[in-house]
Amino acid sequence: MTGYLRTLALLACLALPCLAHALTPEAALAMARGEGSSRIAAMQAAIADDPDERTAAFLRALAANEVAVADGRALIVRNGQAQDPVSGETLPLPASAEGVMNNNRMRGAINAALAALDLFAADAGKRLQAAHAMRQGASAERLPLVDKALAQETDARVKQALEQIRASVHLNAELPAERLAAIATLAGDASPATRLLLGERMAAETDDQVRSELQRALRKIDDRLAWGERLGVVFTGASLGSILLLVALGLAITYGLMGVINMAHGELMMIGAYATYLVQGVFRQYFPGAFDAYLLAAVPAAFLASALVGAILERSVIRFLYGRPLETLLATWGISLILMQLVRTVFGAQNVAVENPSWMSGGWQALPNLTLPYNRIVIIGFAFAVLALVAWIISRTRMGLFVRGVTQNRPIASCMGVNTARVDTMAFALGSGIAGLAGCALSQVGNVGPDLGQSYIVDSFMVVVLGGVGQLAGTVYAALGLGVLNKFLEGWTGAVLAKIAVLVFIIAFIQKRPQGLFAMKGRSAEA
Amino acid sequence: MQATTSSTPAVPAVQLPGRRPLLTRKGWGAFCAALLAVCALAPVLNLWVPPDSAFHLSDYAVALLGKIMCYAICALAMDLIWGYTGILSLGHGLFFALGGYVMGMYLMRQIGTEGNYGSDLPDFMVFLDWKELPWHWMLSDSFAATLILIVAVPGLLAFVFGWFAFRSRIKGVYFAIITQALTYAAMLLFFRNETGFGGNNGFTDFKRILGQPLATQEMRMLLFVLTGCTLLGFFLLARWLVRSKFGRVLQAIRDAESRVMFSGYSPLPYKLTIWVISAMMCGVAGALYVPQVGIINPGEMSPAASIEIAVWAAVGGRGTLIGPIAGAFLVNGAKSWLTVVAPEFWLYFLGALFIAVTLFLPQGIAGLARKLRRSGGDARPLAGAQAEGRSPAAKEETRA
Repeated sequence: MTGYLRTLALLACLALPCLAHALTPEAALAMARGEGSSRIAAMQAAIADDPDERTAAFLRALAANEVAVADGRALIVRNGQAQDPVSGETLPLPASAEGVMNNNRMRGAINAALAALDLFAADAGKRLQAAHAMRQGASAERLPLVDKALAQETDARVKQALEQIRASVHLNAELPAERLAAIATLAGDASPATRLLLGERMAAETDDQVRSELQRALRKIDDRLAWGERLGVVFTGASLGSILLLVALGLAITYGLMGVINMAHGELMMIGAYATYLVQGVFRQYFPGAFDAYLLAAVPAAFLASALVGAILERSVIRFLYGRPLETLLATWGISLILMQLVRTVFGAQNVAVENPSWMSGGWQALPNLTLPYNRIVIIGFAFAVLALVAWIISRTRMGLFVRGVTQNRPIASCMGVNTARVDTMAFALGSGIAGLAGCALSQVGNVGPDLGQSYIVDSFMVVVLGGVGQLAGTVYAALGLGVLNKFLEGWTGAVLAKIAVLVFIIAFIQKRPQGLFAMKGRSAEA
Repeated sequence: MQATTSSTPAVPAVQLPGRRPLLTRKGWGAFCAALLAVCALAPVLNLWVPPDSAFHLSDYAVALLGKIMCYAICALAMDLIWGYTGILSLGHGLFFALGGYVMGMYLMRQIGTEGNYGSDLPDFMVFLDWKELPWHWMLSDSFAATLILIVAVPGLLAFVFGWFAFRSRIKGVYFAIITQALTYAAMLLFFRNETGFGGNNGFTDFKRILGQPLATQEMRMLLFVLTGCTLLGFFLLARWLVRSKFGRVLQAIRDAESRVMFSGYSPLPYKLTIWVISAMMCGVAGALYVPQVGIINPGEMSPAASIEIAVWAAVGGRGTLIGPIAGAFLVNGAKSWLTVVAPEFWLYFLGALFIAVTLFLPQGIAGLARKLRRSGGDARPLAGAQAEGRSPAAKEETRA
């Protein structure tokens, strides 16, 4: 009986190496103790041949600083309990246990090793991520591992990524033919990292054929990267343009249609942004489950808050200043000072945090070097939705008809029974509400603070001036045009010079067309 | 306003008002009193009356009054262009700051090698690792050139900008917005380190002017007197301008520009001249401001600073010359008092002031005083009595 048991134990001991052999006490100790480079070598050896779950667990413990060395063996220490990394049995913690320290280099190596283990994960996405992570600092020692992963890989994208790792190692191979093959593989991947890799090789390359091949690959990648950059500029320009559009749409109503120059427009935006902040707070407090939907509630809240403030302003101040534009300018500047200070008193002078809902964070990887953030895409869509809404209100609804009528000829509209005072209030509230919507959108991409409105007010007036008074179409073209122009010039001359160049452009433009892009014709054009 | 006195004998000659003296007897009296107060009384009270006496004028008061007098020059300049010509500029802070920067450059060079780094170059250039002065610092060494540039730089910028703007008949709100954008763009430019104007920090730490130390009580008093005399001189100049035929055309442009054009005048040279004069006055104010305050930075170019100048003029009363000066003293006096007593209350006050003045006091304090005086029995109309925002031209330009 005892003989049988002994045989069994012996068998078990023999079998153990086959099942969970990859991690031996010696290997664990080598990974935990000694010089940095020898530890890294041990780590790479451990993951090179058939890593198992115990190796992974040990590496994770290493990464979490939970490994200690005592009596010449490595132990995982958790909650004051020691565990043998090889057998998994729990041991009393020896008094002489010394925690393993990891410097940054070690940490990098441990993470790389863990990433390498992920190459064999069940989830294809995880494997792809691991492959991408391995691209950095890919070296010849990794090749066996990559080859093994490649052999059992089924997903085409992961396969491609793995091939690229191989190629980036082979790029420095001895044989020119191998290098050529590597270049051919890498040329298909137009990412800045590949560009860098090939550029480095270019500097070291001596073989003429390989050089010309490298040059071709580089040119091809550069072409594709240039497209990404160009599209990126257009996109950021469109994004800035859409924000300008939102800001200027409100102005197009209050200034363009009603002739009220509202310097507090920026502060009405700020009110919209703070309304968004409040709605966010309410959702976090009372409906944490529906937090992602807070923006849907914030949009009408921002509109109503700003529209209400706008209506109050119109009734109390602006009404008495119709026909005196310069005085209106000063009075609304005063209003903006008061509103800013009010917000400072209530919410403090610091910026407040408005979070993107989860569905708006992240971005869409359009090209290897071009990621379009979701929040910007949403705002571009939102701006055009608001534009459509405003165009519909002005051209199709009864209220829009009244607004146009009062704009064109106040006395006649009044004779026809239009309550012009009420129309003024409604129109001003509408313009203010749209400013609130702009503030709500801005809260998703920028800081929300008392000075929020100040930074956009000059730009947005430029849009209205450029677009021509009383014209929605002009406002749209001017906003998008200025946005894209600004971003293009920014890439070329820097942000400040771009702003100045745009200003000079507008002044020059007004020389040619004093009435803006789309001048009104007929009697109403005589301003 | 019928300025053509030649030909057309068929039309009965309009009785032109006789040439009246620049100031009335009472006015000259008040002017001389002000001159005496600035040039004699203030120095005596500050320098020779012992500090513990009740009549002593403290250094703080001298600095504050000197600063406010610079502001008053700006308000006066604003009044010429806005109150008398009907053109609201929201960019006068730019001209003020340009004059200040020209002066600041000279003062920076006067520091010599006494800066923190002991270099010939100003400290910020050493900090940026520049080896020599940029080209626009070339003339900053000479005081005479600085004096010329103080008026030439703002004047030239105003001329170029005004020529383009007035030529294409940009006016009213459009003009206001574009001047605001101009000063905003300039502010961004001056904030940059590589433009060579000291970036965010601007210029400070001045030590000497014309080789004399700046920080002495006597030098402060001298600058104070100089500022006061400049203000009074500019007042006389403005008075002479607005009462001349030139000034009358300006007021006609303000009230009905198209009628002025129909009468055969081209408004462009008139507007341009007063615009450039106004900008130069602001430049001088800035140059006087910098050595007294000891710092100039791009903050002076912010749109808010420029619009404040407009409010001084509005509070005092546009279309009168004494009004804007009083407005500058009143608003800035309130500011320096309130920002000490209740700092968070100041912006409420300023905002309310903007609203209240435009709603209830369209002619400012001067208008209010006139109304009170008139109801007291004195019905004599004053020059510029019709100055008001509710002019036909203003009405025409809004509801397009």
